[in-house]
Amino acid sequence: MKILTTNYLTCALRACKSHPNSFPLHFRDAELQQDSLPFNAAFIANILPRIDWPALLTTAAELGFTNLPAEKPDTVDEKAGMELHRILIETQVVEGKLVCGNCGHDMRINE
Amino acid sequence: MEIVNPEEYEASHVHRVYEHIAPHFSATRFKPWPIVEKFLCDLPIGAIGLDVGCGNGKYLSVNPDIFIVGSDRSPSLIGIARGRETQDSLVADALDLPHPDSRFDFAISIAVIHHFSSLERRCHALRSILATLKVPNNSSDGGRALIYVWALEQKKSRRGWDEGDRQDVFVPWVMSKQFSTSAKAKGSQQNGQELTYMRYYHLYRKGELEADIARAGGRVLESGYEKDNWWAICSPVK
Repeated sequence: MKILTTNYLTCALRACKSHPNSFPLHFRDAELQQDSLPFNAAFIANILPRIDWPALLTTAAELGFTNLPAEKPDTVDEKAGMELHRILIETQVVEGKLVCGNCGHDMRINE
Repeated sequence: MEIVNPEEYEASHVHRVYEHIAPHFSATRFKPWPIVEKFLCDLPIGAIGLDVGCGNGKYLSVNPDIFIVGSDRSPSLIGIARGRETQDSLVADALDLPHPDSRFDFAISIAVIHHFSSLERRCHALRSILATLKVPNNSSDGGRALIYVWALEQKKSRRGWDEGDRQDVFVPWVMSKQFSTSAKAKGSQQNGQELTYMRYYHLYRKGELEADIARAGGRVLESGYEKDNWWAICSPVK
């Protein structure tokens, strides 16, 4: 599972969705794999405004990526774009769980 | 047709069937339908969306400039979809989608909603899909979903159904020999060397998809008929 996907996942329970603790889901026992995929600068520039930045910071920190800026940048240069590409698109969680912070339900990741 | 327990009914006559036929089904599903392909290719670069009931994930890689999270009720089909490395897919139920509300630019749900066995559940599925889409406001159009369902009116097809026929039907899936090695499962009929599985469908009448979308609180932007299917593009209302 890609980190970009986790920015778009919440608990499946309707009752949890309205609760702030249900987003983002939290990784447990995550095992990472680093892929190498073509960098698409325009794609990264266009998904940037769509990303929920505080949720991305939480997820990234749980996986050990701590060098993202605290505030969402308005635009990214090539270097920052490549870094986002590496985290959002190339990093895969291949084993582990995603846990809802509200009800504790977990979604297993098993690629 | 009144089904006493639609959840159990769909588990037997839809979910289990797809689990058993997954590899064979997938081998027959590789060509994107033209209207779906156009819908995906017309999206702006960086658009993020869902494929609800993505099956083997054949639409996930049609446009490499967008990002699609595919989901399906069948773990076997998701296992096949996983091969598409630039996109992502997961096991989920269309009635309980694990996605936040109002964040997505688009969604597609192709040949899925017709497997729900009551009007209430079909509208529930449409409502869950609409809920994921960006809500239109004064400065932007909001997200759009493309929905495809099998039509009752398909006189010229191999099945030959037409107006006035029963809408709730079982459709046989005849498993070819090469895929039936492990398929000694319940719900199949052994017929010589071939196994036949019966899948449940609700065949849509003309105008019914639009009516269901309206009942689910959506707005139909465009709709039509293509090769034995009714389709509609819809969005949430302001």
